[in-house]
Amino acid sequence: MRRLRGTLAPYLLSLPSWVYLAIFFVIPLGSMLGLALATGDPLDGYVPAANFSEFAQAFSQYQAEFVRSFIYGTVATIITLAIAYPVAYWIAFHGGRNKSTYLFLLVLPFFVTFVIRVLAWEFILCDQGFVLGPLKRLGLIPPSAHILSTQWAVIGGLVYNSLAYYVMPLYVALEKIDRRVVRAAGDLFATPAVTFIRVIIPLSAPGIFAGFLLVFVTNVGDFVNADILGGTGTTMIGNVIQDSFFVNQDYPLAACLSSMLMFLLMVAIFLYARVFGTDTIQDYAA
Amino acid sequence: MTKMSPPDEQRLAFLRGLTQPRISRGDFMRGAAASLAAMALGQAGAADAATVTDWHAWWAAQKPTKEFVFANWPLYIDVSSNGKDHPSLDAFTKQTGIAVTYDEVIQDDPSFYAKVAPVLKSGQPTGYDMMVITDGWYLTELLLQKFLVPLWRAKVPNFDKNASPSVKNPPYDPGNKHTMVWQSGLTGIGYNPKLTKREINSFEDLWDPAFAGHIGMFSDTNELGSVGMLKLGINPTTSTPADWTKAASVLREQKDKKLVRQYYDQSYINALENGDIWITMAWSGDIYQANSKGFKDLKFVVPKEGCSIWHDNMCIPVGAKNPLSALAWMNYYYTADVAGMIEDYVNYICPVPAAKDYILNVIKDPDVANSPLVFPPESELARTHEFRAFKNYAEYKKWVDIFSPIVQG
Repeated sequence: MRRLRGTLAPYLLSLPSWVYLAIFFVIPLGSMLGLALATGDPLDGYVPAANFSEFAQAFSQYQAEFVRSFIYGTVATIITLAIAYPVAYWIAFHGGRNKSTYLFLLVLPFFVTFVIRVLAWEFILCDQGFVLGPLKRLGLIPPSAHILSTQWAVIGGLVYNSLAYYVMPLYVALEKIDRRVVRAAGDLFATPAVTFIRVIIPLSAPGIFAGFLLVFVTNVGDFVNADILGGTGTTMIGNVIQDSFFVNQDYPLAACLSSMLMFLLMVAIFLYARVFGTDTIQDYAA
Repeated sequence: MTKMSPPDEQRLAFLRGLTQPRISRGDFMRGAAASLAAMALGQAGAADAATVTDWHAWWAAQKPTKEFVFANWPLYIDVSSNGKDHPSLDAFTKQTGIAVTYDEVIQDDPSFYAKVAPVLKSGQPTGYDMMVITDGWYLTELLLQKFLVPLWRAKVPNFDKNASPSVKNPPYDPGNKHTMVWQSGLTGIGYNPKLTKREINSFEDLWDPAFAGHIGMFSDTNELGSVGMLKLGINPTTSTPADWTKAASVLREQKDKKLVRQYYDQSYINALENGDIWITMAWSGDIYQANSKGFKDLKFVVPKEGCSIWHDNMCIPVGAKNPLSALAWMNYYYTADVAGMIEDYVNYICPVPAAKDYILNVIKDPDVANSPLVFPPESELARTHEFRAFKNYAEYKKWVDIFSPIVQG
C-alpha cells in the first residue's frame, strides 16, 4: 500500500498542472481547431463542419503575409541578438557591483505599457519630428523622406520591444560561465578574440538558443508594431488575424490562420532545434 | 553552478515566452473570449431576442420609469467647465425627473458590438436603454437580428418637427423605424496647404503622384470603397458589385504606385497634425477640432465629386428596462435648445438645423454657429452620399472580400 502510494504520489502531485494544462491549453486549442473547420456567418452563427478547404484557401490568400512575418521575425531576432549580446556581455563581465542596477535600467522602460512605448516611437520618428525635422531643414535628406510606414520601422519596433527579453537569458548564461575557464584559455595562449569565439560563445549557447525562441515566437505573431509603425506593404499575419476576428467577424478564417501560424512556428522551432539543437548545447555545457 | 540542466532551462524560458503577459495581448484575448462566447451562443439565443411580435402591445404595456442608461462615445456630449457634469443631461433630469446614467463606453463599433451581441443573442438585457451606433454593417447586423426596439414615433413629435431632411428616412433604416441620428459627419479630404503647396478640390488629388508616400486613406472598407467610387463618379448608395470591383481596381492602383502612406483608423488625424501625411481622407469634425486645438493650417474640403455622409444613431436595444425614458430623451434632444447646447461642444453635424440660431443668439458662439462644417448649407448637404446599406450578410461579405485585401497585404 505504502509502495503504491509512493508510485502514485508524483502523479497526484502533478495533477493540478495537468488539469491546468487541459483547461487552459488543450481545450482552447481544440476549440480553435474546431472553429477553423466551421462554416456559417456571424448572423446565423457558425456551425461545426469539416471545411478543410478553408486552410488551403486561407494559405493561398495570405501567403505573402506569412512569408513577411517570418522574414521580419527572423531579421528582427538576429538584429536583437547582435545588440543584446554586447549588452549582456558587458553587464555580466564588466558590470561589477552595479550589475543589478544595470539590469534594472534595462527593464525600466517596460514599466510603461507596450502600446504607449510603440506610440512614443511613432512620435519620435514622425516626418517633421525632432529626428527627421532638423535633418530636413538642413537639407541633408529630401523633404519627403520618411522612416515610419517602412518595413524598417516595423523591424526596428520589434527589435526595441524584444531587447530585454533577449538580454535576460544571455545575461544568465554569461553570468554562469566559470571565470577560471576564461583565464585558462588565456594561459593557453588564446588571444581575447579566440577566447571569445571558442570559449565564451559556446558556453553562452544556451542563452542564445533560449532567447532566440523567446523573441522569435513573439515577433512573428506580433501585430502592434506593424499596425502603428508600418505602412501599406508591411501587414503581418497577426494584423490579418486581428482584422478577421474583430472587424470582419470571420472567426473561422481567424482560427484557421492562427492554427497555421502555430503549426509553422512549431516546424520552424523544430528545424532550428535540430540544427542548433539541444545535444550540441549539452556538449558545450557539460 | 546551477542545478538546472540547460534543456530544462530552455524549456522554461520558452514557456515564459509563450505565456508572457502583454497589455495588448491581454486585451486581445479578452476581446477574443467575448467574441467566442458570442459565437457559441449564436444559434441558441437568436430566437429569444425576437420573441416580441406585437410591438404596439409591448409599448402599451411599458410603464414610465425614473431612470435612463445611455451608452455613448467619449467626448460626444456637452461638458460643464468643471469637466464632470453634462448640463444637457442635468436639465433633462430637472425637467422630467428621470435620472440619467451616462456611460462613455463605445470606443468603436466593432468592439462595442462584440460586447453587446453575445448578451443580446442570449436574450438578456444589455443594461443600456440607449446606445449610439454608426450606420454600417454593425447597425445593419443589429437590425437584421431584430435587436433594436421599433420606436414609438408618436412619443417623439419633435423629430418630425425639427429634424434636418438629411437625417430623415435614411437608406439603412427606412422611415426611421428604429433609429434617430445623434450626430452626422462628412468624409471628405483633409489637407495641409503648406505641405501640399496647392489647394485641393477633387478626390483625384488623392491619386496625385506629387504627394506619393504622404497620402492617407481609411482602413474602414465602407469609407475606402465609397471614395473609390466617388472618384469614378459612381454613387456609392446605389452601387452594384460591378461598381465595387471598378473602385477596388483604382484603389489597388493607388496602393501599388506607393501613393498611400498608410490605411488609418482614427490615428490619421495625428499623422496629419505631425505632417506625416499631407492630404488624407478625413472626417469633418476632426479637422474642426484640430483647428481649434491650434493646428490652424489644416483644411477640410468637400471635393467637387461630393462626399460620404455618416450618421451615429440613437437606438434602443431589446431588453431595455426604461424604453419610455429613452423616447423622452430623443424627444428632448430634438429641440433647438438642447441640440444647440450639445452641438456647441461636439462640433460634428447637428441634426437640428434650428440649433444654429440658438448657438448664435443664446450661447453667442458665432464660430460654431457659422461653421459650414457644423451647419453645412443645404447646397453642401445635397452633394453628400449615404453609404451603401447592405441587405444581407452575403452582400457585406462580397464587399469585404473586394476591399479588405487592399487594406491588408
